[in-house]
Amino acid sequence: MKKSKSFWAFLILAAVVYVVVQFFIGSGLINIYYSNLLITIAINIILAVSLHLVIGITGQFSIGHAGFLAVGAYISAIATMKLELPFILAVVIGGVIAALAGLIVGIPTLRLRGDYLAIATLGFAEIIRIALFNIDYVGGAAGMQVSHLTTWTVTFVCLVITILVITNFTNSRHGRACIAVRENEIAADAMGINTTFYKVLAFAIGSFFAGIAGGLFSHNFYIIQPGNFGFLKSFDILIFVVLGGLGSLTGSVISAILLTVISAFLAQYPETRMIIYSLVLVIVMLYRPQGLMGTREVTDLFKWKPAKGGN
Amino acid sequence: MDWLQQLINGISLGSIYALIALGYTMVYGIIKLINFAHGDVFMVGAFIGFYAIKGWGLSFLPALIISMAFCAVFGVLIERIAYKRLRNATRIAALITAIGMSLLIEYGMIYIRGAQPEAYPADVLPNKAINFLGVHINSQSLFILLTSIILMIILQFIVQRTKMGKAMRAVSLDMDAARLMGISVDKTISFTFAIGSALAGAAGVVFGVYYTKIEPLMGVIPGLKAFVAAVLGGIGSIPGAMVGGIFLGVIESIVSAAGFSLWRDAAAFVILILILIFRPSGIFGKNTREKV
Amino acid sequence: MKKKFSKVFMVSALAAGILAGCGTGNQSASGGGGNSDAFKLGVNMELSGNVASYGESMTKGIEMAVAEINKAGGVEGKKIEVIKNDNKSEAAEATNGIIKLTSQDKVNAVIGAATSGNTVAQAQIANDTKTVLIAPGGTSPTVTVDEKGKVREFVFRTSFIDPFQGTVAANFASNNLKVKDAAIFSDSSSDYAKGLSDAFKKTFEKAGGKIVAEESYVGKDTDFRATLTRIKAKNPSFIFIPGYYEEVGLIVKQARELGITAPLMGADGWDSPKLVDLAGADALNNTYLINHYSTEDPDQKVQDFVKAFKDKNNGDAPNAFNALGYDTVYFLADAIKRAGSTDSVKIQQELAKTKDLSLVTGVLSIDKNHHPIKSATVLEYKDGKQVFNSKINP
Repeated sequence: MKKSKSFWAFLILAAVVYVVVQFFIGSGLINIYYSNLLITIAINIILAVSLHLVIGITGQFSIGHAGFLAVGAYISAIATMKLELPFILAVVIGGVIAALAGLIVGIPTLRLRGDYLAIATLGFAEIIRIALFNIDYVGGAAGMQVSHLTTWTVTFVCLVITILVITNFTNSRHGRACIAVRENEIAADAMGINTTFYKVLAFAIGSFFAGIAGGLFSHNFYIIQPGNFGFLKSFDILIFVVLGGLGSLTGSVISAILLTVISAFLAQYPETRMIIYSLVLVIVMLYRPQGLMGTREVTDLFKWKPAKGGN
Repeated sequence: MDWLQQLINGISLGSIYALIALGYTMVYGIIKLINFAHGDVFMVGAFIGFYAIKGWGLSFLPALIISMAFCAVFGVLIERIAYKRLRNATRIAALITAIGMSLLIEYGMIYIRGAQPEAYPADVLPNKAINFLGVHINSQSLFILLTSIILMIILQFIVQRTKMGKAMRAVSLDMDAARLMGISVDKTISFTFAIGSALAGAAGVVFGVYYTKIEPLMGVIPGLKAFVAAVLGGIGSIPGAMVGGIFLGVIESIVSAAGFSLWRDAAAFVILILILIFRPSGIFGKNTREKV
Repeated sequence: MKKKFSKVFMVSALAAGILAGCGTGNQSASGGGGNSDAFKLGVNMELSGNVASYGESMTKGIEMAVAEINKAGGVEGKKIEVIKNDNKSEAAEATNGIIKLTSQDKVNAVIGAATSGNTVAQAQIANDTKTVLIAPGGTSPTVTVDEKGKVREFVFRTSFIDPFQGTVAANFASNNLKVKDAAIFSDSSSDYAKGLSDAFKKTFEKAGGKIVAEESYVGKDTDFRATLTRIKAKNPSFIFIPGYYEEVGLIVKQARELGITAPLMGADGWDSPKLVDLAGADALNNTYLINHYSTEDPDQKVQDFVKAFKDKNNGDAPNAFNALGYDTVYFLADAIKRAGSTDSVKIQQELAKTKDLSLVTGVLSIDKNHHPIKSATVLEYKDGKQVFNSKINP
């Protein structure tokens, strides 16, 4: 009962936000720059939240997320540009193939732990990128031109679905199993949790949404090139999650918004852009190594009533 | 004699990877941090060497020493400013800081001198082609190999035979126990950064002399490759880093020689992943089993 | 527990809402600002990231030309105001950049970017917002013509297109150097090199030549010895190396060290004083490059440019990127002058009509696909100096 109530509350709120933004766009109060910025932010939130599931909830240190973004971007671009499928279907296909890629990468590598896993995922992402360079069907280095199909509506719907699915997953017994893996893998194993299964599951779901983000990404920016999906892109996504606070969904959402806005704002100061960006990164990490939110959610700040029993 | 030529190409390239990988492996061994800024220390070293040679007209050896000294100080500074506070924080926070430092050094350099490349003067070391069994061996590549080997011997001596080396090994084995034994952990960690960074600086100068071109973003790819080399050899292991570096260089040469130069980087990563899966501790690493 | 997550939803949705609110607030504040007396020129370049050095070089040329024009009174009585945007060498950022320049800064025209991909990423927006976009370095034909073969009305370029340079090189190899077999060593990470090598291969084979080896490298590589050893084994009498000077310098040096003595040839990506530093003057003997112009050209325009550039940059000679950035501004200024107005539709019409405009990088005319028609110069390196070899008209 309670759960469905909050579920509907979120949906209504999301609808209100959507209607308001749509009204602003329609009435011209938000020009194309801001609507495009909103789309970019939404895509980055999807990426951040999908990686949050892998790193924040399941505790698997993946630094190759851009690889799955690339898979989603290219597969969906092939679907619309070469196979002439509808855009929505293409995005879903991109997500599914990215999830498959996640399975293929995840099954062998998720046996590894900590830094070794990180390096293995980085390696896989680089292999995906190099493979794209060498496939002439998708244009190789020249890249692939893609029609502009991404709209604010589609992006927002994808964003809402992503947040819904990932929160519900986190909340379910599967999610709790993932958290158990994060907290102590050996103990979780001893409790009878199939750790490998949950790690791979979280990884595949994360990859699926990264693929969705890829589909939105490729149809928003006219051209995709393998060079855009290097390890620096993976680091960008990783930074969203860590800066927000590992294990905090709202934290990754907020830091994705903040960093995207900061980065867009700094584009007009090309000489100092990256210096300021990196300084922000280092200073935040030095003074708040647990990230902006730590493991808390924004809602924790508003808890004026102590938690009731049985909650 | 083609294969011999390719082997020599690979070993020259690999010895540079090995020099950078040593710094990675030492820092990782002691504080379990993937120091992404290490590749950029290598870049700074290359530029210091360049200015010493071109600006002050020094020859190879003094330039190498100046660059190593500067990088040692620079490495300690990075450690003191950025990493020291994070010693007890999560590994991922330290990693993000390292990425931040790496970007800061790269773009700080671009801010100071622009992004355009610089060319090392050609006459730093005698450059003569030696014909040996029909193979062109560049005298520079011999010099470079020699420099790398000497530096590695010195390093091995420091780590195995000196008091400081003993302290380094103790801290990397168990930091708390080492502190209880009266070892100054801070000093030891700083010393490790100094040595690792000095080697990166040396690699920078060697790289500049051998490959001529240096630019502010030159550290990114060799840094990543050197890290792969360190993992290949078994991260934390000094002989492992040397063997891993040379192994990686040779593999890259072989793949290019077989006509798959575009897949060269992919091959490096495939090998990395295979090693990680089947022998996660690398060629020389100790296999540790996690206990409850 | 459940309650907590419902709040998570709300807050994340709210955050998006608040941001949207901020957005509208900012817009009214910044939209009306700026100097309306100035001609606003957006520069959307690779100022950080992988190819920052190309973007930076072009921006240098652009700023120099703008300073000169402003000193001489500007365009149509307006001073040119440069608004820079860093696209981080990423297509997505290039798109974001031109959206920002057109909708926030309300620029009159945009120059960018240094690579074809990042220019294509801007082309559609330029067309939709009717903003003139001129690419100093977008060499792929797809920059000005979309995938359906339709010309993008508002997009222009000052550089050669890839097929042209590839053809020139092939003709030069088979007609002037009279070689029958050639190797191609190309940068696989750059669409520029790819376009050039395709065109070279086609023309060279048509002329009866044979490609004996086709190898590639990846941009930012430093060690080419392994692949060069492979090429050497095939013993080609000519090697075509389309690519940028940063890698080419090393390739030439390493090729000569390995004992490859065949003539080497490349295109405008080679042109930089750094090439001589990187490769060494000796190694560069018996190499050729196609270029827009020669810095040794006694033409007054060229000499003035070279001198002015050297004065500004501690004696460094300009490279092809500097010159193209510089010329792009004059190309635009000329169209504005003929249009007698800073209205972008009028500028666009005049740009399309450009004919025999004399610039540093040659005499420029624009064809119906918005490709520039300029003659190419083949230069030969002799002891580190570029020496004029021949001029080839399109």
